[in-house]
Amino acid sequence: MSRYFTEDHEWIEIEDGLGTVGITDYAQGQLGDITFVDLPAEGASVAKGDSVSVVDSVKAASDVYTPVSGTIAEVNAALADEPELVNTDAEVGGWLFRITLSDPAELDALMDEAAYREFVNGL
Amino acid sequence: MSEYPNPEDDQEEAPAPLPLPLDAWHREKGGRMVEFAGYLMPVQYEGIIAEHLWTRESAGLFDVSHMGQLEVSGEGAAQALEALLPGDISALKAGRLRYSLLLGEDGGILDDLMVTNRGGEYYLIVNGATKWDDIGHLREQLPDEITLNHLDEQGLLALQGPKAAEALGRLGLEPAFPGMPRLEELKFMQAAPFFWQGRPLGVSRSGYTGEDGFEISVRADDIVALAEALVEQPEVKPIGLGARDSLRLEAGLPLYGHDITVDTTPGEADLGFAISKRRRTEMGFPGARRILSEMALGPRRMRVGLALEGRMAAREGAEVFSGDERVGVVTSGGFSPSLQRPIAMAYVETAHAAEGCALSLDVRGKRLDAKVVPMPFVPHRYHR
Repeated sequence: MSRYFTEDHEWIEIEDGLGTVGITDYAQGQLGDITFVDLPAEGASVAKGDSVSVVDSVKAASDVYTPVSGTIAEVNAALADEPELVNTDAEVGGWLFRITLSDPAELDALMDEAAYREFVNGL
Repeated sequence: MSEYPNPEDDQEEAPAPLPLPLDAWHREKGGRMVEFAGYLMPVQYEGIIAEHLWTRESAGLFDVSHMGQLEVSGEGAAQALEALLPGDISALKAGRLRYSLLLGEDGGILDDLMVTNRGGEYYLIVNGATKWDDIGHLREQLPDEITLNHLDEQGLLALQGPKAAEALGRLGLEPAFPGMPRLEELKFMQAAPFFWQGRPLGVSRSGYTGEDGFEISVRADDIVALAEALVEQPEVKPIGLGARDSLRLEAGLPLYGHDITVDTTPGEADLGFAISKRRRTEMGFPGARRILSEMALGPRRMRVGLALEGRMAAREGAEVFSGDERVGVVTSGGFSPSLQRPIAMAYVETAHAAEGCALSLDVRGKRLDAKVVPMPFVPHRYHR
């Protein structure tokens, strides 16, 4: 099990070829109160960098880009009633979607946790 | 008096945002600072929803020192102002204030503002983003015998919410002169001068949230002491720009530059109440002919409130449809913390502006169902 991060503040955790994607705690803090999450359709085929989800906060709507290419396997149904989970539990219970990776080599371009924390400290 | 920026400077790159007198205080209170109207201002402290709801149930303190505070004086100041805006300024009694519009020759809205009769002079509060243009316009248009002062050494605080009167009352403000009203005697849209611990304050019972509350003009040198004394009251928390926007949206109050602009008229903006009865017959304000005939015939499009289905918000620029026909555009919108649903203001063609009209909004290619609803979205609770 390993976790990777993007410069756009998404995280992806890989387990048995399936990636779970969310936004980082830093990102939710920047967005403020989240009121709605627009999730992708299950079964959709997406390419790395596509905007696949939108996180709506009181302030603004923000795109979420998929860190890897693949097929959307599942979305977090709990967010329909409780979008604030992304605020309170961004890096665990506030995950957005699961994706079946089509090219696991894309992970090599992402940051590990230590590199991401350093990246955020530099912002 | 102030030094006005050289108009030529406007051609250059945008200047660095300026700090307000409360800058350090906001940071110390955990405010997240953003650029707004040329200033650094707190967008939020603990979170927009919590701040919004706190203001609706208790009292919120807003720093609005970016706004322009102007003073117009001289023989015939009321008539001079009436040549530029459609309010009955001559009939405005001392200690009263009124909402008005600075109008262009074609009836477009140059700014919206509050005019207070302070006895000897008229005190204007104009929008921060437009204040330099307003000052230029007033300098050019007002006759020579009328004096325009920019009170740029004054800060401005707004204390808003059902517990605002209780909290401000505890500070023990003293009427500035014998015979002037006490704080608790002020009603909505009334104003009076006070002293607080020897410091002069200009207080009006007014605001931009739909709640009871006050706007307090205070010397920039005194603003930290006053802000601190106010947040020491258990009812009061500092509130950022984010909640200011969501509160005014729920209250149905337009935001200049978005819901009203130089390209919108009072009739379209549903601000006909700002055109006083006497002025409708006497006219003599910029754009009078166009504005009055438009109001009589019905404008082509109107500013309306929309309640959206679902939880996805529509924001400025979202197009409004009736079936497949594009009939308007959203000018501001977002999630309403009080109603727990998205709401918006939009300009729509008059045929689709009636209460109850079913419309849809295009948001990133999705169609959201919406209905025309009366504004305010959340009832006003002014102290009348």
